Amino acid sequence: MTIQEIYDLLKIHFNDDIKEITDISNGDSFITVNPANIFDILQFCRDYETLDFDYLTLISGMDSGENLGVVYHLYSMKFKHSIVIKAFVPKESPNIQSVVYLWRAADWHEREAFDLIGVVFDGHPNLIRILCPYDWEGHPLRKDYVTPQEYHGMKVPY
Amino acid sequence: MENNLENTTNNNKINIEYSQFDSERMRLNAGPQHPSTHGVLRLEVELDGEIVTDIIPHLGYLHRCFEKHCENSNYNQIVPFVDRLDYVSAINNEFPYVMAVEKLAGIEVSEKVQILRAMCAEINRIANHLLAISAFGLDSGAFTPLLFLFREREFALGILEKLSGARLLYNYFCPGGVRYEIYSDFKKDVKVFIDSVRLAMKEMEDLLIFNDIFIKRTEKIGLLPKEVAINFACSGPVARGSGINFDIRKSAPYSSYDKFDFDIPVVEPGKEVVGVSGDCWSRNWVRVKEIEESCKILEQGITLLPDEGSVTDGIPKKLKVPAGEVYCKAENTKGELGFYLVSNGSDKPERVRARATSFVNLAILPSISKGYMFADLIMILGSIDIVLGEVDR
Amino acid sequence: MGLLNALDNPINADGIILGKVEDLFNWGRAKSNWFLQFGLACCAIEFMAVNASHFDLMRFGNIPRSSPRQADYIVISGTVTLKMAERIKILFEQIPEPRYAISMGSCANSGGPYWQHGYNVLKGIDRVIPIDVYIPGCPPRPEAFEQAVLKLQEKISMEEIFKKRERVAQEDKMLESMLKAEENNFIENVNKHI
Ligand code: SF4
Repeated sequence: MTIQEIYDLLKIHFNDDIKEITDISNGDSFITVNPANIFDILQFCRDYETLDFDYLTLISGMDSGENLGVVYHLYSMKFKHSIVIKAFVPKESPNIQSVVYLWRAADWHEREAFDLIGVVFDGHPNLIRILCPYDWEGHPLRKDYVTPQEYHGMKVPY
Repeated sequence: MENNLENTTNNNKINIEYSQFDSERMRLNAGPQHPSTHGVLRLEVELDGEIVTDIIPHLGYLHRCFEKHCENSNYNQIVPFVDRLDYVSAINNEFPYVMAVEKLAGIEVSEKVQILRAMCAEINRIANHLLAISAFGLDSGAFTPLLFLFREREFALGILEKLSGARLLYNYFCPGGVRYEIYSDFKKDVKVFIDSVRLAMKEMEDLLIFNDIFIKRTEKIGLLPKEVAINFACSGPVARGSGINFDIRKSAPYSSYDKFDFDIPVVEPGKEVVGVSGDCWSRNWVRVKEIEESCKILEQGITLLPDEGSVTDGIPKKLKVPAGEVYCKAENTKGELGFYLVSNGSDKPERVRARATSFVNLAILPSISKGYMFADLIMILGSIDIVLGEVDR
Repeated sequence: MGLLNALDNPINADGIILGKVEDLFNWGRAKSNWFLQFGLACCAIEFMAVNASHFDLMRFGNIPRSSPRQADYIVISGTVTLKMAERIKILFEQIPEPRYAISMGSCANSGGPYWQHGYNVLKGIDRVIPIDVYIPGCPPRPEAFEQAVLKLQEKISMEEIFKKRERVAQEDKMLESMLKAEENNFIENVNKHI
């Protein structure tokens, strides 16, 4: 299926929750959706017969200025098509539903997005830091992050 | 999904009703400096006697802030950092990255470059698999295969060194082409290399792969059913060892892979050579077969690679990347490696996100190694073939 | 081999060699160095290559040990993150004296390619443990590593043993008295407050 067809199909089932489709001529187009309903939308993507996205390629968080974005890359083993779905959450309350119960692969991806960007995944069974030390402060990949001067008595800057 | 794991028959798993015994659990810390964890992985293992009941992996002991560096470097400067992700197969890492940049910037690449890139990637793949197999042998207590296979590995590194000037981390590909011209004896070297690899692998099949002790250590251990593998988004030899016919070189041919004729080794249920589909031996067997397929690709590459034409001409003087975003994937030595690149039109990318193969593949470890002996856990970890540089980035 | 050559010398006939005990000890220590087998990052792959068939580190008398308690020196082969640095310190302290450390690669020397934006990278392992030999390169070639091993042997064979022991004993005594004084101070303080 092309992305336009998928968009139309999602629009029929979820109406207002599907916001817009952004065309990118030199790359992959993506669909922006409402973060409040992300679990249902992704579940539909996984279970609907002609979509069948059984392979979660990637979840990435990104800092886009005023909002935090969460990007889902899905792929279907059967139909060999893929799709990019984006949801934006405000920085003050960066909460979004976890999709661990749809794809187990989401587990570590979500922990990483929480660790580095600071998106909070509601319903994740074990949302703790994964790459940085457990007592690290701040979310390093945010644009306004300042590197600490010291960690456990070791000087950090060069 | 969890139930599926439990129900698989044909399993060496030790089934004990824990409630029968009033046994005490012990917490054991493996790593981060243990040599069998292939780097600096730390596993917190809960043991009941010798049997593993729970595993908590702790990552991040090699977190080198790859994505932060990418946001602060321009597109050409990122290539060396990409090398250092999966440092055993550096060329294969550069492949999807340069493809992503080329796609965003709309750069056309000549056919000669494409074929050369594929050949380099295959040489690198062989080097990686030789290391993976020998390290796997080392985990099971066989030291000799390491000494044997490193001989051939030095050969592969030698060819790549002649091409790029570096032994391990090449910085060879760049958007638009490759950095240096091919040296004159390249084809001859590759030919000799293929022959010696084939000979070595034959030797290795007698020495290690079909060795009784080795089979006893690895068959029916760490079973990974097909559906679980898909749900965990496994790829590469881990997925193919479980019978999933998924290889990006075939399913979405990139670069020049549609010109080559090769097979994808898959261990399907019912067609196993030894053991059962999805065990440690099968995963290793896929690697052994892949070396042969890579040799085939290299053989065809020698005839396909044109003599005339330059490989450095296509590199743009000034790289201009318009705004946009792309996800480009390629078959790394360990599975699907992808780069999600977001550009805002300036000379530095806004966001580079790597779908690190080992990171995704390692996530299955806690699920597939419960109920086995602790010594088997090391084998299971070895069969997944992780590189910590990629897991932690 | 140097020893056998000395035996051929007509002055030291009948298998008798005149020399200092210190030299004999140092000769033994320098030519049989056991290292702790562990790797950190990309440099560890080159370290493996040094150990394997082509470069064969064992001919220098270097044998890998899995436990720090049996090792003589440690090779910091790769990037040291802040999370790992504390572990390395513990490992190093577990090696019995006299112990040595080789820093392999620019990452261990100074942070390497990650010196600027690496918020989680330790910029040089010498901020945590003392280093005897530095090897530049990213990654260093195996030949460079062998050179480093020779340099370490050179360093060991020039070390003093007996004078050092005296000095260490003196230092220990001083330290003890300092600690005692501190303890007394502390007890006095406590007593005052009670
Ligand atoms: S010095 Fe270079 S090769 Fe060595 S660990 Fe650092 S980045 Fe890797």
